[in-house]
Amino acid sequence: MGMKEFNEAGLIARILGGEKELFHDLIRPYERMVYLTLFSMVKNEADAEDGAQEAVINAYRHLSSFRGEAKFSTWLTMIAINEGRKRLRKAKSAAEDSIEEEAEEHEGDYTPAPLTDWREIPLERLERQEIREALRSAVAELPGIYRQVFTLRDLEELNVEETAQALGISANVVKVRLHRARILLQKRMAPFLKTTVPARKGLFGRAL
Amino acid sequence: MKLECKHVWEHISEYIDKSVDAQLREEIERHLEHCEICSAILDSTRNILVLTADERTFELPVGYSKRLHERLKEEIEKVKQAPPGGGRE
Repeated sequence: MGMKEFNEAGLIARILGGEKELFHDLIRPYERMVYLTLFSMVKNEADAEDGAQEAVINAYRHLSSFRGEAKFSTWLTMIAINEGRKRLRKAKSAAEDSIEEEAEEHEGDYTPAPLTDWREIPLERLERQEIREALRSAVAELPGIYRQVFTLRDLEELNVEETAQALGISANVVKVRLHRARILLQKRMAPFLKTTVPARKGLFGRAL
Repeated sequence: MKLECKHVWEHISEYIDKSVDAQLREEIERHLEHCEICSAILDSTRNILVLTADERTFELPVGYSKRLHERLKEEIEKVKQAPPGGGRE
């Protein structure tokens, strides 16, 4: 048990012992994670925020059922995912649209885009707002099952086991979905990254 | 054994996560040394992951944290004021 988990266990015990205000401190390191989990599912800021609040309140109400088999962060993520699923179901019955969330693995071409004139992107180019925007839309356009695994692994930085546990899928499925998500993003972002890298010119405009 | 590009692509995600075994890792690295296309794919994928982990890429709504804690505070107060043995949910 690391220092963080140790402190967390102590906090949880005190909250359950009656120092309820400490729940604010317990949740603070995970606020971002809860929001992003919801956002990866409902894809709408206002709905994601509502859902994040619901998830946190639920975690507060049910803290006594946290037994510590999972890490607190994983347990909280599971609550957030449940909240997201609830909202998706509600949206589905309202719209009678097919929701991609429970979809099967997608057939498709998961080969990356070759970048023949690629050069390492200077850091300052990666800093550009338009690249961030492109990435946000690329992630939003991923099929739901891939977006969710990608969000937990690469955005929230859960490990494979934690991601599998939170989603109730096997570690292997996590790896397959993550691989596909990353390749789809690489494909989608490649031309964009490429065109933002100007060919390096030598003297008299010759390409080096 | 000489790896083909396609084989490298299949393992690129696990390679990034350092979860390929030592032998495959070595084969991939040997391939990357001479294959510009695969190196570019690897670099671009890594760049995407760096950007993703950067907190400025996926931002929280302004005031999110404040509203969350206000809501939580209300909930905590509500339970506190509830009569003993009841009132929750």
